[in-house]
Amino acid sequence: MSEELKATANNGTEAQKPAAPAAAAKPAAARPAVARPAAAPAKPAVNELKPKTVAAADLHAEMKRLHDEEGMDFLLNLTGEDWLEDGIGVVYQVENTENHKQACVKCVVSDRENPMIPSVCDLWDIANVYEREVYDYYGIIFTNHPDMRRLFMREDWVGYPFRKDNDPEKDNPFDPQHMTNEPLADVTYEYQLEQDGTVKKVEHQIFGEDDYVVNIGPQHPSTHGVLHFRVDLEGEMIRKVDPILGYIHRGVEKISESMTYPQTLALTDRLDYLGAMQNRHALCMCIEQAMGVEVSDRVQVIRTIMDELQRIDSHILFFGCLCQDLGATTAFLYAFRDREKILDIFEETCGGRLILNYNTIGGVMYDIHPNFQKRVKEFIKIMRKNIQEYHDIFTGNVIFQNRSKGVGVLTKEQVISFGCTGGTGRASGWHNDLRKIKPYAAYDRVQFNEIVRTEGDSFARYMIRLDEIKESLNIIEQLIDNIPEGNYQEKMKPIIKLPVGTFYSEVEGSRGRMGVFIESKGDKSPYRLHYRSTGLPLVAVMDTACKGNMLADLITIGGTVDYVVPDIDR
Amino acid sequence: MKRAKIKSIPYEEFKDNETYEELVEQLNAGGANVIVRKLDDLIDWGRSNSLWPLTFATSCCGIEFMAVCAARYDIARFGFEVTRNSPRQADVILVCGTITTKMAPVLRRLYDQMADPKYVVAIGGCSISGGPFTKSYHVLNGVDKIIPVDVYVPGCPPRPESFLYGMMQLQRIVKVENFFGTTNRKQKDPFKVTAEEKEETIYNQEEEA
Repeated sequence: MSEELKATANNGTEAQKPAAPAAAAKPAAARPAVARPAAAPAKPAVNELKPKTVAAADLHAEMKRLHDEEGMDFLLNLTGEDWLEDGIGVVYQVENTENHKQACVKCVVSDRENPMIPSVCDLWDIANVYEREVYDYYGIIFTNHPDMRRLFMREDWVGYPFRKDNDPEKDNPFDPQHMTNEPLADVTYEYQLEQDGTVKKVEHQIFGEDDYVVNIGPQHPSTHGVLHFRVDLEGEMIRKVDPILGYIHRGVEKISESMTYPQTLALTDRLDYLGAMQNRHALCMCIEQAMGVEVSDRVQVIRTIMDELQRIDSHILFFGCLCQDLGATTAFLYAFRDREKILDIFEETCGGRLILNYNTIGGVMYDIHPNFQKRVKEFIKIMRKNIQEYHDIFTGNVIFQNRSKGVGVLTKEQVISFGCTGGTGRASGWHNDLRKIKPYAAYDRVQFNEIVRTEGDSFARYMIRLDEIKESLNIIEQLIDNIPEGNYQEKMKPIIKLPVGTFYSEVEGSRGRMGVFIESKGDKSPYRLHYRSTGLPLVAVMDTACKGNMLADLITIGGTVDYVVPDIDR
Repeated sequence: MKRAKIKSIPYEEFKDNETYEELVEQLNAGGANVIVRKLDDLIDWGRSNSLWPLTFATSCCGIEFMAVCAARYDIARFGFEVTRNSPRQADVILVCGTITTKMAPVLRRLYDQMADPKYVVAIGGCSISGGPFTKSYHVLNGVDKIIPVDVYVPGCPPRPESFLYGMMQLQRIVKVENFFGTTNRKQKDPFKVTAEEKEETIYNQEEEA
C-alpha cells in the first residue's frame, strides 16, 4: 500500500483519537455534535449551489434562454446524479464569460428504465462529451445527441456503474484467462425526439467504409499516457479525430462515495499528478467552505505558494515533454534538471516528490520546513536565469517555429464553447484566469499579470506556459518573505460531516479550472463527488483543432493543449 | 552456487537475499556444461547491461520513470536508457501505473508482442495490487493476474532510488540465467491461452448468444 494512503489513514485515526478524551471531559457539549446527522454551520456556505429545477420538457428552452438572452456561453460543469426513488438527473452549471455570473439548473426524471433528457450539445460543444459521460455513468439518454456512445467504459460493458443500485463487478466479471479485445463500432446512434413526443433511433456513421483510419494509441509515446485516437486521413490531412477514452478510468468518483471526507483527499493527487497541490486544494476548499471553516492566513499563503510551485513544475514538464515529442531530447534534460529543484523543495516539506498529500481539511499536513524560504529564494534566482536558456535552446528553433506557428488554431468562440480553460483558452484570447476573476486563498494580495495572447495557435499555447512560469515566480517572490504567523492546521471535529446541500468550489489548476462538486446528505461521506476535469475539454477540442492539419501536427497540438490522461478519465 | 555480481551494491547489502537464492537454485537446477556456462556468463553480462525498456506508462509512475531517465538519476549508467517505443524491440516492460480492465487486454497484447527473453517489472502500488484503487470496479488488482512479473517495486510512486534498486534486482536475475537451453527458447507462459482454448471460448460465447 502507498505511504500516502497510510498517511491519510493515520490522519483519520489521529483525528478520531482526541475525540475520546474530549467526549469524556465534556460529554454534554461534545455529544450532540456527533449525534446530529448534519451540524448546521453558523452561516450559510459561500459555495452552496441553489439549482433551479426544470422539467425535462422545458429544459432545452430554458437552457437556450440562458445561452442567448443571459449570455451564458460557457458550460462550466455537468454532473449526473442518482437520487434513487427521487429520480435520476443532471445538474448544469453555466457561466457568462463577460460578467462571470453563474446559473445552475437541475433536471430530474423519474423513469429509471428509460430516462430521457433533451441534449444541449447544439448550444455548447462541450456538452457532447459531458453528456456521453453521464450516459456512460447513469444511462440517461440525451435526445437529439448525435453520438450516444459510452465514453469511458467498453462498448460491451453491462449496466451503468454510477447508479446506486448497480453492481458493476457482478455484471462485468473480469476473467484474466479469457480477455477479449475491445470492440470498437463504426456506427453510433442518435435518439431523435419527434414533434409528437415519440423517440426515433437513427444510425450515424462515425467512419465510412472507404475512410482511411489510423489508430494512434493507446500505447503511443506521444499521447502522454493511454489515450487512443482514431484518425481519419485524406492523404496526410486529418479529416476527423475520434478520441477513445477510459483506458485509465479508475472510478475515483465512485469509490469516493464510500469513503469519508479525509479519505477522499488521497485520491485527488492521483487525478492530475502534475497539479496534485491544486486538486487537493480545490477539494479541501470545497469542504471547508461548505462547513464554514476559516483557515488561517498562514495556511492561505502556504497553499498559494505551493500551488504556484506546482504550476511551475507542471509547465516545466510541459516544456520538456513537448520538446521530447518534437525530437529535442536535450531540452527535455534541461527541463528535468530544473524540475528536480522544485521536487527537492516539496520533498523537504511534504515528504513526497510527486504525490504530495499536503493539504488537509482545515490546513496543511505539516508546517513548512525551516529551509523552505531559503530554498525557494534560491530557486527563483536560478529559474529566472534558466528560463532564458529554454528560449535560447528551443523557442527560436526554426523547425519548432514552422511546426507550431499557425498550427491548430482555435478561435475564442471555439475555446469558450468547448470550455477549454487554462493556458489553452488564454492563448486564444479568453480571459479565464480564476486567480483574477475570483481570487481565492492569497491571490487577492499579490500583483501579477494574466498572460493572454490572441493567436490561438500551438506557438501561442507554448509561449503562454513559459510566460506563466515567470508570473508564478513573481507571485512566490511577493509572498515568500511575508508568510504570516498562525496555525498551520485548524482544530477540526473528529468526524467531518458536511451540511445537507450541493457545493462547488474551484481553483485555477495547472491546466485550467479544477472544480469540485459535492452533493451531501449530511453523512460523513459524500453522496456524489464530481471533479470538473481540466483535461476532458482539451481532448474534446482535438477534433476541431486538428481538422485540416497534417498527421504529424496532431503530436504538436496534443502536446501544446497539455492534457493529463488520468485527469480526463478519473 | 553462482551469484550475480553487481558493481554498485555488494551482495550482502541487497535485502531479501533468501528469495533470490531460491530463484537462483531454481534457475540452475539442471546444471550446465562448463564451456556453455562460460558462454552464458558472457552473454548474460551483455544482456543485463543493455536491458531496453518499453516506453509504457499509464499514470503517475510514468512521470517518475521520466525523472529516472533524466539528468539527475540517469538510468543510462545501467544501460537502460534506450527506451523503445515498439514492443518488438524491447526486453523489459515496466508497468508504470494503474491497469484498468479496459487496458488489460492491451497490456497483454503488448507483452505477447515482445520477443523472448522478456521481463516484467511492476512499478508502484497500482500495478502490484491495485493500490489506492483496489476497491474500484474498473481496476485490475495486480498485473500478475495477467502477465508473469519478475520484480515488484513498491511505492506510490516509488522513489527513483527504489526504481533503480528494482532494476538492479532484475539485472541480478538476468545474470544468473542459463541462456543456452532455457532462456533463449520459448518458455511456457502460464497465462497464455492456446488457440484451441480461444476457439472454444468464442464458440461457447456464440452458443450462449
